[in-house]
Formats: sequence, C-alpha cells, structure tokens
Amino acid sequence: MLSEVAVNEIKDITTRYPTKRSCVMPALYVIQKEYGYITEEGMREVARILGVRPVIVFEVSTFYTMYNKKPVGKYHVQVCTNIACSLLNGEHIVKVISRKLGIKVKETTTDKKFTLSTVECLGSCGTAPMMQVNDRYYENLSDDKVEEILNGLK
Amino acid sequence: MFEPVLLKNINIPDSFKIAAYLNNGGYQALKKAITLTPDTIIQMVKDSGLRGRGGAGFSTGLKWSFIPKDPTIQKYLCCNADEGEPGTFKDRAIIEYDPHQLIEGMAIASYAIGADTAYIYIRGEFALGADRLEDAIREAYAKGYLGKNILKSNFSLDIYVHRGAGAYICGEETALLESIEGRRALPRIKPPFPALVGLFGKPTVINNVETLACVPHIINRGAIWFASIGPAKSPGPKLFGVSGGVNKPGLYELPMGTPLREIIYTHAGGVKAGRTFKAVIPGGVSAPMLVEKDLDTPMDFDSLAAKGSMLGSGAVVVIDDNTCIVKAALITHEFFHHESCGKCTPCREGLDWIAKVMRRIEHGEGKEGDIDLLLKLCVDIFGRTFCPLGDGAVMALRGAVNNFREEFEYHVENKKCMVNS
Repeated sequence: MLSEVAVNEIKDITTRYPTKRSCVMPALYVIQKEYGYITEEGMREVARILGVRPVIVFEVSTFYTMYNKKPVGKYHVQVCTNIACSLLNGEHIVKVISRKLGIKVKETTTDKKFTLSTVECLGSCGTAPMMQVNDRYYENLSDDKVEEILNGLK
Repeated sequence: MFEPVLLKNINIPDSFKIAAYLNNGGYQALKKAITLTPDTIIQMVKDSGLRGRGGAGFSTGLKWSFIPKDPTIQKYLCCNADEGEPGTFKDRAIIEYDPHQLIEGMAIASYAIGADTAYIYIRGEFALGADRLEDAIREAYAKGYLGKNILKSNFSLDIYVHRGAGAYICGEETALLESIEGRRALPRIKPPFPALVGLFGKPTVINNVETLACVPHIINRGAIWFASIGPAKSPGPKLFGVSGGVNKPGLYELPMGTPLREIIYTHAGGVKAGRTFKAVIPGGVSAPMLVEKDLDTPMDFDSLAAKGSMLGSGAVVVIDDNTCIVKAALITHEFFHHESCGKCTPCREGLDWIAKVMRRIEHGEGKEGDIDLLLKLCVDIFGRTFCPLGDGAVMALRGAVNNFREEFEYHVENKKCMVNS
C-alpha cells in the first residue's frame, strides 16, 4: 500500500492539470520514490487514485526509460556514451566502473548497492566525460575521480 | 568583446535566487510589459527578428501572432526545456543558474498571447534544474510576479513544471504536448498546428528556453537593439556549446553569425595539442557535419542552411583526426535508433535497418554495396516521417558518408578502421 504522504502527493498533483491523465507521469515518479521502482501494484494504485484505467498507466510507464521496471541498486550509475562523451573516452569510463564494481552494464551488484547503465546524452557535453548517479551529475571524469566518487558512496 | 546578455548573471553568487535576479534588474521587463498591449509586445518581438532557438528558427513574434485573440478561449504557453539533442547544454545553464530570466520571459509571453497557464516541460534527468525552477516559481509567486493579478494588474498566470522521463522525442513540440497530456510521446500530424489545436486541444505556443530568455531583454532594451546584434535576418545573442576535442570546451555567448572558426579557435582554444581538426557537427547531432573548408561559415540559421547543414541548437561538437568517422556515425545513429518513438514505419524500420548495416561495417563485416544501401535507405526515410527525428538521423548519416566516404569504403574493404591502423 502507498503511504499517506505519497497518496497526498498524487492528489496534490491533480491541482496542476485540467485532466487526470496528465497526472500519470508525475504520479509514476511518486511510485518510483516510494517503492524504488515501478511495481505493477504501484501502477494499479496510481490508476485507482486518479480514476483512470490501468492500461493508461502501463502504457506510459513502458514508453519512458526513466521509470525503472526492475529494481535498481541503491546507487544507479549511469554513464553517458553519446558522441561528446565518447570523443573524450566515455566508453573507457564505463570499463573502469565495470571493473571496479565487478558487474557488466545493465547489472546490479549482489549487495544491491550499485546498478550500472549506459545512457544517451545528458546535456553535460562541455564537461565530458560525465555520469549521473541517482539525481546527481558528476562531470570531467577521470579514472581517479571515478574511483574517488564510487568509494565515497556508502 | 561581446557583452553577455543571456549569461550575464550566471557568475553572481546564488544567481538562481530571486534576490540576485532583482538586484540585477530582474522583473523590470515584466513591469513594463504589463503597461503595454499584448499586440504591442508581439510587434516588438516580431521587429526584434528573434527566431526560435530550439533549432527550427521560426519567427517567435509571428508564432505568437497565430494565437486567436478571442479572450474567452483558453490558451497555453509551453516552455520546451527537454534539451536532448546530443551536444547541447545551453538551456540547462539558464535553468540552473538564471531560472528567473526564463520565468520572466514566460510571464511576458503568456501576457502577449493571453495564456493564464503555462507548463515547463523539462527533461527528467535535469533534477537539479527542475528543483531550482520549482523553487524560483515559489519565489516569484511570493513576490507577486506570478499568481493572481500580477503586480496588481488584471493579468494572472500559473506556471507548473512537468518532468519528462527520458525520451528525446519529447523535444518535438507535438510529442511534448502528448507527454504533458499523459500519453506516450508520439508526434501528432500537422496541421492542425499547436497555435490552433495544441495542449488539451487549445491554442498553444511552444517556445524553447533560450528563446523565452531573450524576451525580457527585448522588452528592456528594445527591438532595434536586439535586431542590431549579428546578421539582419538572424539576429540576437546566441549560446554556443562547444564540446569534443578542443582545449576549452564550454558554453559561449556570442553574436549570432560568429564564424565557426572563431568559436572553435578563439573562444574554445582550438583543437587539442598533437591533434588536428577533422570535422565539426555545428548544431547538435542532427546537423550534418562540416569540414575544414566550411569553417568560415557564420553560425546563423541561413548561412548554415546554405552550406547544407543547420544551426540547430548551436551545439558545436569538434571531431579530431584521432576519431574514426564510421564509429562516430554509428554512435550517433544508435542514438536515433534508440530514440525513435516507433509511430511511423520509415523511421522505426528504416533506422533499425541502417543500424544493422552500420554495425556490420564498423565491426569489419561490411559487404560490397553496403554504403550505397545506406544512402538508398536515407532516401526512403527522408521527408517521409511524421516528425523530424527520422530526417535528423538521415542528415547526420549523409553528412558523415558524403564527407568521409573513403573511410566507410576502407572499413568495408579492409575490415578495419582507417584511423589507428
């Protein structure tokens, strides 16, 4: 069951839009914060609170990549491998992290602490190579800097 | 030395807070705007020559003038802050460091078109930016620059932040509207254009962040001042984000029409030591790459179009001689392939086919005829899709093949890279 805080957050979202359907995207973020990823139960709860058919919630959650359909680690390490980062060795950064964490891209460490992903351009090209860990950007990466950042995540 | 306009505040401590904005002349343009008629403002923006900074370069004033004048019809303003064109990081700077500049521009635009509700569609990854915008909006309400009866006038405006969730296609304006409406972001067919049938079926203006950030300056300093910066047909200050193999990558605000060579060599410090210039993507990855002989091209909408490329978002990605163009083209293509929304067949199937051919060329498994097959597929996609995503993929690929065909051929014949071989 969703917490009362989460339910109220979803109800507050409905004041921003003239339709209930528009609330689906922000409500899915509430679910992701609550459960760590998008669960089927969570999607059904969103549909129930907003009074829309569940399929409306399912189709949105499956279209957008930032809604995690599977559990991710406590720290979701997302490394940009698009053109600007790639020109400055973004792929090498992926290898460094992969080696350090002992996981491949799209995998999660057994202690559920880290998930490693590669992502498309995050709009940080002037400070490439870069990665995002959960909501935070880390820029101008080097081998040493990556090591330090990952060691600092407890 | 060009004095920054859009970035003038970004080095001030706490530049994102309303106190800093007000101390530097903030919200004076809104005060002035609400003493003018909406038509006067639209005319000023038309006269300024401001063209959309999202990449299409359409006249902003003209776009606003298409909105019906009937005051009984609900209208919306949407700010496109879905900055996703690879290479681009300009709107993020405004959002994170000077959000009030954007909010003031949105308030003036809403007043001009008669909108009482506006949405900022920000890409989901910009969490810091979205938080700063929400904080800035709260500050603006508290000071009476947003909400009911703004500055004791009859003008009221609510602004909401809508966070995207990782889909490049949402930068396409009709896909963006679908996304705010809570749907999968599949572009709509045009016409009808959003100015008549937009968000929730109502007349809607969609403007880019940088475009809206120009508006307060036009109101404060006048259309003639704005029109006097850069080329007559494409005037104003412009943010250029330089990335890739240069000494000083970063964001540079310069007059529109600054030559590409000056941006790369004078401002961004030139190509890194020990490397030489090979190619440049001048306006985000959808813009066909240019080579050495094109470097004196002025960076404005018309000059780049004349060169067969485009200004796009003004994102300058510099590629040095250490880079294999086939690999760079594959990385770029994989992006378009991944981001195709799947609505229309030429883009969905065409980009997938191209990806398969490109991968085999890159991995040394290319076959005779593959390069011509790529170009044929480009013909089958270009101009045959609902939205410009498929066109962007084609333009990027054609730019690479047309300028560096010998590298593609080398890959096919020798099963390896020309570079580093």
